Amino acid sequence: MEADERRQFELTTLPHLDAAYNLARWLTRDEHAAEDTVQEAYCRAARYFKSFRGGDGRVWFLSIVRRVTFDWLEKRRSQEALPFNEDLHDQSDESANPEFVAIRKCDEATVRQALEELSPLLREVIALREIEGLSYQEIATVTQVPMGTVMSRLSRGRSQLQQRLAASQEGGSA
Amino acid sequence: MNCEEAVSLLQPYTDGELDLVRHLQIEQHLQRCAACAEQEQHLRSLRVAIASPSLRYQAPESLRARLQAALPSETATPIVVRKRSMPAFQLATMAAGVLLLVGMSATMGMLLSHPSSLMDERLADAVFADHVRSIQVDHLTDVVSSDRHTVKPWFQGKLDFAPDVPDLSEHGYTMSGGRLDYLVDRPVAALVYLRRLHAINVFIRPAANEETKAVRSLTRQGFHIRQWQQSGMAYWAISDLNDEELDEFVRLFRAALPQATL
Ligand SMILES: [Zn+2]
Repeated sequence: MEADERRQFELTTLPHLDAAYNLARWLTRDEHAAEDTVQEAYCRAARYFKSFRGGDGRVWFLSIVRRVTFDWLEKRRSQEALPFNEDLHDQSDESANPEFVAIRKCDEATVRQALEELSPLLREVIALREIEGLSYQEIATVTQVPMGTVMSRLSRGRSQLQQRLAASQEGGSA
Repeated sequence: MNCEEAVSLLQPYTDGELDLVRHLQIEQHLQRCAACAEQEQHLRSLRVAIASPSLRYQAPESLRARLQAALPSETATPIVVRKRSMPAFQLATMAAGVLLLVGMSATMGMLLSHPSSLMDERLADAVFADHVRSIQVDHLTDVVSSDRHTVKPWFQGKLDFAPDVPDLSEHGYTMSGGRLDYLVDRPVAALVYLRRLHAINVFIRPAANEETKAVRSLTRQGFHIRQWQQSGMAYWAISDLNDEELDEFVRLFRAALPQATL
């Protein structure tokens, strides 16, 4: 990579390093794996930089990060038996409209645990929307699925998250 | 609109993803229908419950160093660093920002004769470069304070104007501090707010004229920019927050400014 191109590349990707790491960290649930996958995504992005036609660097970089991270999840799953909720593919459970219940402010550890217990695709959509603040369109571009799928995942993710948090608020003595 | 339709659109509604027509239809429905309004409240309660800034992980410094080493390096541009010394890997990224900025100012002279929209585009480039530099060299703020009564006086004597410093903390936009910066070649006040660890830079300097200009939206590489002119001052707000939240921020910010000449 020439010096000039490299500068452009760094300007495109490095401002979004926190966003990239945050996504990889939520998906892998492991700080070392998150660093590894972001680094691999960074190198892959450098190789493909010529095909980047400008525009939204964040969405472009995040889409590479999530691809590398899902490869990592897939590989790890083939190495060890994972629990059911680790399904990496969409369960077509399109249960119309979820019912929402009231949730009080939760402590951070509770939210973290509840979110980590969601399946990767639902963790991903919640992380991108609620933590990273991406629009539906941006999420659709990052995850390479139609907007309708983004909305149905978001709906399921929120509903499951809410059920877990509600259960912890009922069960917990604090 | 019936309840089934309303409920199916509740999430895009609270996410600010609906077109204006349907947004208003839902709003009307929620005013009339207690059941759906309750669902809306419950949905919003989830967002409040999980709105903790510490849920956003930040890339460790070790990762930045690794990335720098991961690509073969051919560039060794020496850079003069301002203030505290910075690790080499940050210099390279800063160099990118600075070079962009220098390129901008070189063309500023001839741009002055161009239509104002082109001028705005060029200023947006400079705003983007400033923002990126400020978040990458860990130099967001010269004065660190969540109190506007500390930040506002800090600018006194450093600039030939006194920027207003709205307190928006009750809306979830925490003041992080302020710093002096340069937009192209003119000094600006930079106010820094945080939303879930997303930094918002607001650049302020006197406007070229007194006229009020409506808010314009621009984007640069995934960063959203809002630009407007109000009471003789020109404002640029930039962040990687989503459009909806940045719009809310700008609305609150504008409302909190003195309304005298509006
Ligand atoms: Zn209803």
